[in-house]
Amino acid sequence: MSVQYKTIKELKNMLNEKEISYTELIQETFLNIKNNSELNAFITLNEEESLKKANNLDNSPGSGSLNGIPIAQKDLFCTKDLKTTCGSNMLSNFVPPYSATVIENLENAGCISVGKTNMDEFAMGSSNETSFYGNVQNPWGENLVPGGSSGGSAAAIAAGIVPAASGTDTGGSIRQPASLCGISGLKPTYGRISRWGMIAFASSLDQAGPMARTAEDCALLLNEMCSHDEKDTTSIDEAVPDFTENLNSSIKGLKIGLVKEFDLSKLDNNVVKVFEESKKHYESLGAEFIEISLPNISLSVPTYYVVAPAECSSNLSRFDGVKFGKRCDNPKDLEELYIKTRSEGFGDEVKRRILIGSYVLSAGFYDAYYKKAQQVRRLIKNDFDSAFKNVDIIMSPTTRGAAFEVGSKGDDPIQMYLEDLFTIPANLAGLPAMSIPNGMVDSKPIGLQLIGNFLDESRLLQAAHNFQISTDWHLKTPTGNKS
Amino acid sequence: MSWETVIGLEIHVQLSTDSKLFSGGSTSFGAEPNTHVDLIDLGLPGVLPVANRGAFHKAIRFGLATNAEINQTSTFDRKNYFYPDLPKGYQITQMALPIVGKGSIKIEVDGEEKIINITRAHLEEDAGKSIHDLFDGETGVDLNRAGTPLLEIVSEPEIANAKEAVAYFKAIRQIVTFLDICDGNMAQGSMRCDVNVSVKKSDDTELGTRAEIKNINSFKFIEKAINFEIDRQIRILESGDSVVQETRLYDSVKNETRSMRSKEEANDYRYFPCPDLLPVVISDNELKEIKDNLPELPDEKERRYVEESNLDSSEAKIIASSKTMANMFEGACSKTNDSKLVANWLVGDISALLNKDNIDLQESKLTSDNFALLIERISDKTISGKIAKSVLEEIWETGNDVDAIIESKGLVQIQDESLLEKIAQTIIDDNPSQVEAFKGGKDKLFGFFVGQVMKETQGKANPQSVNEILKRLLS
Repeated sequence: MSVQYKTIKELKNMLNEKEISYTELIQETFLNIKNNSELNAFITLNEEESLKKANNLDNSPGSGSLNGIPIAQKDLFCTKDLKTTCGSNMLSNFVPPYSATVIENLENAGCISVGKTNMDEFAMGSSNETSFYGNVQNPWGENLVPGGSSGGSAAAIAAGIVPAASGTDTGGSIRQPASLCGISGLKPTYGRISRWGMIAFASSLDQAGPMARTAEDCALLLNEMCSHDEKDTTSIDEAVPDFTENLNSSIKGLKIGLVKEFDLSKLDNNVVKVFEESKKHYESLGAEFIEISLPNISLSVPTYYVVAPAECSSNLSRFDGVKFGKRCDNPKDLEELYIKTRSEGFGDEVKRRILIGSYVLSAGFYDAYYKKAQQVRRLIKNDFDSAFKNVDIIMSPTTRGAAFEVGSKGDDPIQMYLEDLFTIPANLAGLPAMSIPNGMVDSKPIGLQLIGNFLDESRLLQAAHNFQISTDWHLKTPTGNKS
Repeated sequence: MSWETVIGLEIHVQLSTDSKLFSGGSTSFGAEPNTHVDLIDLGLPGVLPVANRGAFHKAIRFGLATNAEINQTSTFDRKNYFYPDLPKGYQITQMALPIVGKGSIKIEVDGEEKIINITRAHLEEDAGKSIHDLFDGETGVDLNRAGTPLLEIVSEPEIANAKEAVAYFKAIRQIVTFLDICDGNMAQGSMRCDVNVSVKKSDDTELGTRAEIKNINSFKFIEKAINFEIDRQIRILESGDSVVQETRLYDSVKNETRSMRSKEEANDYRYFPCPDLLPVVISDNELKEIKDNLPELPDEKERRYVEESNLDSSEAKIIASSKTMANMFEGACSKTNDSKLVANWLVGDISALLNKDNIDLQESKLTSDNFALLIERISDKTISGKIAKSVLEEIWETGNDVDAIIESKGLVQIQDESLLEKIAQTIIDDNPSQVEAFKGGKDKLFGFFVGQVMKETQGKANPQSVNEILKRLLS
């Protein structure tokens, strides 16, 4: 029995009904991984360990809610004794002595981490082209990027290899690839999921989240990923609700905000058409639309490209060739050790952001850039706070268009940075946001973004699930509609 | 033309917490290299710091003891620079909003009191150690110290000379040891300081260009380094040149300071708020509890010793100024009533022995129990003061029990008046010429007779009884 394209929920049933054994599921997962190796979705596989775990479950099924579910882990999460590269040459030999909290949470729930997925180097990129391990192919087209930075995770799900993957989202790195690969992905409220063991890009923006075929599966994953973690002081000490509880409740009367300042007229007509159709669909489900204003939203991208590089320039200082990771050969002195190691270990995009970050933090420029950006960030957050007094969720396209071709934006970083136009504001404000497939443009999937209020993931998932039980965009696969 | 020196000190105090500022790693000194290092101290990818509340409580104690403002909300910043013993490539410190704000401390130089204002005191993590001389052509890194909590205490530039600087450092050391927030061990690097020195013409209103001398860890070196630096700067200024703003190192072997790096070569530390740590908020209750449990400080002890124990103020000051001395005094007084006698011995014979051996009281074999017993045996006339000295010396060597020493050496004082009278009479009888001279007015000879009785009794005679008996027999 094929397990390709199956959801978590479907696989759970199959396992419960013993239609398939845990071992068979994992064996077939690895078969699918190998059959799709041209996607380059994985950097490291964890086959032996996975089969061992599956075998253990066959012998004595545990009580975890996600027992035996194969999951692909973004290669940014530290996994004990399993190589963790963060998509970089710098960590090509790094085997962490510990696991990230989110990895532990998922594995404690019974998930089997089958491998580590390809990603933009240190999560810096929107196309997966900055990975040291080569770009990832979008299953929807040989020459298409999967988006980034969680491109390997998104592609693995879109190709039906795994039902679930972890991702991280600093400026859209879960939602943008979810949109471009036609899957569902959620970036929770900042602090919902512990950052312990997540290799930091921009600490005040980074947030882990689930990626899956459906919103319902995202809820199942989120239930296990969240926990208050004393090892992360920015982790929120709030009870974790059962995110599946309200999925099927009606959204009649749901107030959905449309951002006045998001000028959709500049987008491709087909993208706008898809968005308008989704609006109509939500209206048919009983939701009402309210125009809201986020006056400072146009400052999001520049603000982000000050704050994120600033934090990254500091976070990436530890990669110096002294203690772990790559070290250059035969440096003649300490300075050369640093220069050669970092020149060889980092790719161009990472270097670019370290340079930008060092510049905006340097004496004499700090006030004009970093401090100003933090002030603007506060204003953007205030804009959202006011807006959420009148609406329950905010809706927009996730991306400006569908997947683009490899190399098509290579020479213009600004064009690439604008990919995250719609996704960045939620990171700056720390708000939960998700992307679900809502249409096709030129036979390529595209996503709808839903932004929620602080800690209100349940409402996002409810709105997304209501959409998915009444549409079939999430059922589309590169090989046709899912049966 | 006269020159005026302006000095400011930055003192790094290693706080005596069990674990590090942001990790559970142990802070104990002297372990094998890199054995007290956990994931966080190593700065592994993905790890996050968690602030040690105990370190905050210790910093607050310092703030309260120096009448400083306590910032109940304080924040952490990152100071970015590359060095092999700095695992993360940045140090987490408190730049913008330190836990302790403006305060002050009293110092005393040649009997004159002066108040030195403290600008701020902030928490930060220590770096590890680079070891350059152990491996040929290579540098070793020991991260045991990395992440150890430091309180950096920054003075206002109000210190006028090397003597004041040393007095200030001593005053800080005294306060942090009394507060039990630092062991004060300078040899192990528990206290180190950076000294900023500048020189200006007396009538100039603006400060001169300063040089910063890094990382000095003894009173002697502070004094020497400052005096060298003052001379150097005055020589430069008098020759018509100007002082360069720079960081210098003190070489204790050559007794000179040397340029380490100029202002131009200085790092741009790119400070910014540490996004991994939320502001640390100290509640009113927490603050009150720390306040209520603040240990007694030297000034209060001194006052109490005068008022409650009737010590004279000079004795009280000496005892109160050292924590181990004060502990010994209070420990002994809790077991014996004669606090005056306890104080006399502490300030007199015990201090002399400490000076002779150049050690601190806690390094000696004397315990407060044994000391109290010694005082008791003097008070109950079991031994004379003179014998007590030899008992103390014996304790100093062996740490043996007072009563055991007295018994094994047969040192019990002779109280038997008839026996003493018999001995005195024999001595009088044996020395007729001295008796005659004494009676003829040579009063000083009285001491001769006392000495002879003491000699005869091997010092065990009760001196008071001997005096009375001799007076009677010679009258």
